[in-house]
Amino acid sequence: MYEQAAAALDTTKLRGASYADVRVMHLRQRDLTTKNGQVGTLAQSESIGLGIRVLANGAWGFASTDRLTRDGVSACAAQAVAIAKASALAKRSDAVMVPEDSYIDSWQSPFRKNPFEIPLETQLALLLAADAEMRRVKGVTLTETGMQFRRIDSWFASSIGSRIHQGKVITGCGIAATSFQGEEIQKRSYPNSFGGQHVLQGYELVESLDLLKHAPRVAEESAALHSAAQCPQKTGTLVLGGSQLGLQIHESVGHPIELDRVLGQEANFAGTSFLTLDQLNKLRYGSDIVNVVADARLEHGPGLGTFAYDDEGVPAQCTDIIKDGQFRGYLSNRETAHLIGLKRSSGTMRTESWNRLPIIRMTNISLQPGTWCFDDLLADTDDGILMETNRSWSIDDRRYQFQFSTEVGWEIKGGKKTRMLKNPSYSGITTEFWNSCDAICNRDHWTLWGTPNCGKGQPMQTMGTGHGASPARFRNIRIGAAFSD
Amino acid sequence: MSPHRKPRAAQAGKISGSSTQLLSELDLRHAVDTVLRLAKSTGADETEVHVDEVADALTRFANNAIHQNVAEHGLTVSIRTVVDGRTARATTNRNDEDSLRAAIDASLSLAHSRPKDPRLLPLPGKQRYRPVNRFAKQTAALTPEARARAVRRACDLAIKRGQTAAGVFSSGQSQAAVGNSRGLFAVYRETHAEFSITMQENPAASWAKANAADVADFDSQKLAERANEKAHRATNARELPPGKYTVILEPAAALDLVGFLFYDFAATALEDKRSCLNDRMGKQLFGKNITITDDAYHPLQLGAPFDGEGLPRERVLLVDRGVPKNLVYARTTAKAARKKPTGHGFPLPNEYGEAPLNLVFSSGTASLEEMIASTDRGLLVTRLWYIREVDPYEKVMTGMTRDGLFLVEKGKVTSAVRNFRFNQSILEMLRNVELLGPAVRASGEEAFEMVVPAMKVRDFHFSEVTKF
Repeated sequence: MYEQAAAALDTTKLRGASYADVRVMHLRQRDLTTKNGQVGTLAQSESIGLGIRVLANGAWGFASTDRLTRDGVSACAAQAVAIAKASALAKRSDAVMVPEDSYIDSWQSPFRKNPFEIPLETQLALLLAADAEMRRVKGVTLTETGMQFRRIDSWFASSIGSRIHQGKVITGCGIAATSFQGEEIQKRSYPNSFGGQHVLQGYELVESLDLLKHAPRVAEESAALHSAAQCPQKTGTLVLGGSQLGLQIHESVGHPIELDRVLGQEANFAGTSFLTLDQLNKLRYGSDIVNVVADARLEHGPGLGTFAYDDEGVPAQCTDIIKDGQFRGYLSNRETAHLIGLKRSSGTMRTESWNRLPIIRMTNISLQPGTWCFDDLLADTDDGILMETNRSWSIDDRRYQFQFSTEVGWEIKGGKKTRMLKNPSYSGITTEFWNSCDAICNRDHWTLWGTPNCGKGQPMQTMGTGHGASPARFRNIRIGAAFSD
Repeated sequence: MSPHRKPRAAQAGKISGSSTQLLSELDLRHAVDTVLRLAKSTGADETEVHVDEVADALTRFANNAIHQNVAEHGLTVSIRTVVDGRTARATTNRNDEDSLRAAIDASLSLAHSRPKDPRLLPLPGKQRYRPVNRFAKQTAALTPEARARAVRRACDLAIKRGQTAAGVFSSGQSQAAVGNSRGLFAVYRETHAEFSITMQENPAASWAKANAADVADFDSQKLAERANEKAHRATNARELPPGKYTVILEPAAALDLVGFLFYDFAATALEDKRSCLNDRMGKQLFGKNITITDDAYHPLQLGAPFDGEGLPRERVLLVDRGVPKNLVYARTTAKAARKKPTGHGFPLPNEYGEAPLNLVFSSGTASLEEMIASTDRGLLVTRLWYIREVDPYEKVMTGMTRDGLFLVEKGKVTSAVRNFRFNQSILEMLRNVELLGPAVRASGEEAFEMVVPAMKVRDFHFSEVTKF
């Protein structure tokens, strides 16, 4: 694959590019779903192609092609340079990047069981068995299960001499039961909504989930929600389960720290950010116990934001985002790092596929574990609501005001988890919310959750991000606004 | 591809002058026939082939300059085989014979591994299609230089008036062919273009957008001027308390809410009991001024006139004067419901069945100015953002206003207003529509493009306010 990449780099140089990088990518995917006891989607796909990013006349151009012949690659490279020169017709200054070393490396994400080598019959049998377990429960009207496997190989080459191969295996799996009764639709998912859990691992993820054990509980809870009490509207104490907190981190920390948003580059579509440059190292983002990192390194865990190098050839790093409650860092690339005076990119340029331009994306944005045992946290809560498993999520385009609802809530009274609550929701302002955090559970309760469906960029790119979180408690939170009159 | 001739698909995406040449219809047919020929010798009972090709370009700008500028070409071949009552799909973007054989084998292997599908039907035979013409040569030929010049003009306007522009100008062409071993063959090609612009006059912003088959159908500079003027008016926003307000939703704002209704009209969604129309068909659910059709042939629509199995799309009256009357059906759900398929199925196998993708809402006659003039106190909404479903049966949606929210008092726009969060049932909203404007091809960011009018709606529920 480096042969095509080298041919592309040669052409860009001949055409006058001052910098170029090339990604040849081969993506393979298998999707299996069941619904109400029948196989739903059963599909496999592969895609291979090449994308070229160039800097010419001080401006950027990008072109991609699935024609990997020498002629096809050269034509694509020439097109990228021509596009960059057209960009220069509407530039205000030359694009400049901070320096980066060149690397020659090959990396494979670790996995124990290759999901593409597990017999499909075995995979479908497990899903159909879990589906059947859920359908046994009275009141359940829709059952869904699914597995998704991806293998992504990329070959990166740049005009500064890098040659980097990375191979990743990604697995996702989950189940859900829905119940329609009267004038209400209720749903429970396991281990998370968004198709379950998604990680940079092999089939061992599926085997660790024990779907058959959880299927009856998920189904029973979906039916039981109809007779549960409505979540009250009040200001009070909120305890968030780990997966919901993962999405809270994603929306109210992960997106606002993207430097392209901060610098206005996403103003028309994804929005901007309240974290203007004057806030760095000054803003009290959260309470003293709030520590958030952006960590793409394997030692952080097998997250959807784990890699060895980003798609700009910068090694994976761990960056402090919030340290003891103080706002400390952004997600940057080589160009935005230069624009704000950093010496180095934080290594967060990522692309969905060969036909998409790498853009700043979250890696693994994780809340570091605290000190609490979950049972102790409940025992320490006299009056509160525990909310688990996301149902809806929304936040304004500068990432201040948010509202989330979850599939299920549980009343906490006198230090004990008591009755089930339906239609739970909470809302608030980002910094007020994180400053109200007074307890975070310890590493025993910490999971690196995968968010597989983060959309950003034009043309739209869908990216997987990781979010480590353990359950945590927040005080004086507005609860129930989604169903207010 | 045929061993007797140079593989035609290998010529796909050839860059000729300023535009990318897509495969000819003859080449598409040849690609389909090649797969069908290869599949015949593998033991597949039946085979269906989709060939999709796209050549798109997109220029992105921010801070009054182009910062991203991209082009792509891609061709995919997607193959569904049927064997002994079982079916599965494999897709590849390699179009040499070895790769196509491998995709056929993968599809067969998947199909063999699954249980029989009790609802699987034989593939449909030849169909007749109503022709549509949505291909504009000038749009297919639009150059990066032409897009850059238009962007430059918009940015110059922003600079002249002390504002900052960000946005996108895209253009492209795509085509889709579907064929099967029972002789069905259908092909469709279109061009598309889009211009979207946000003008920022700190801390305020406003926005305008257009999307069409032909780039000549919109004027990018007029859109820039509109966003420019509204951004200036959006400064000095005042904070109002949350509550119920009369709102005037511009077409993009109306679209991004009502667009969330589309899957509720799928027969499969009712079968699965996840549609808000369960137990509500035939009842007066919306106001009598609401009529909704799905019409792939409407002059403001884009998209193929056939579905994932190659069936021609029918025009379907979904809501007649506020009463949900009909659903859309794929072949399988149609058979189960003893109805005629409407040509709205997704490619099989899938769990979602079908959906209407060309919604057209009924028009009114009120202009935006007339809606404002008729409003004693209300809010003019430019655009909505990050809309998600809170309650799937009552269809309560949450989201934010964005890029231009204005107070209307005694028939006039009097000031800008800080953005609100809403929690609003779409069903209730469509019972509270007081005035409708002419339906236009509306383009937002949450729903796909539909033909939707501006709407004046009473008692729209805003639950919280943000900081800007």
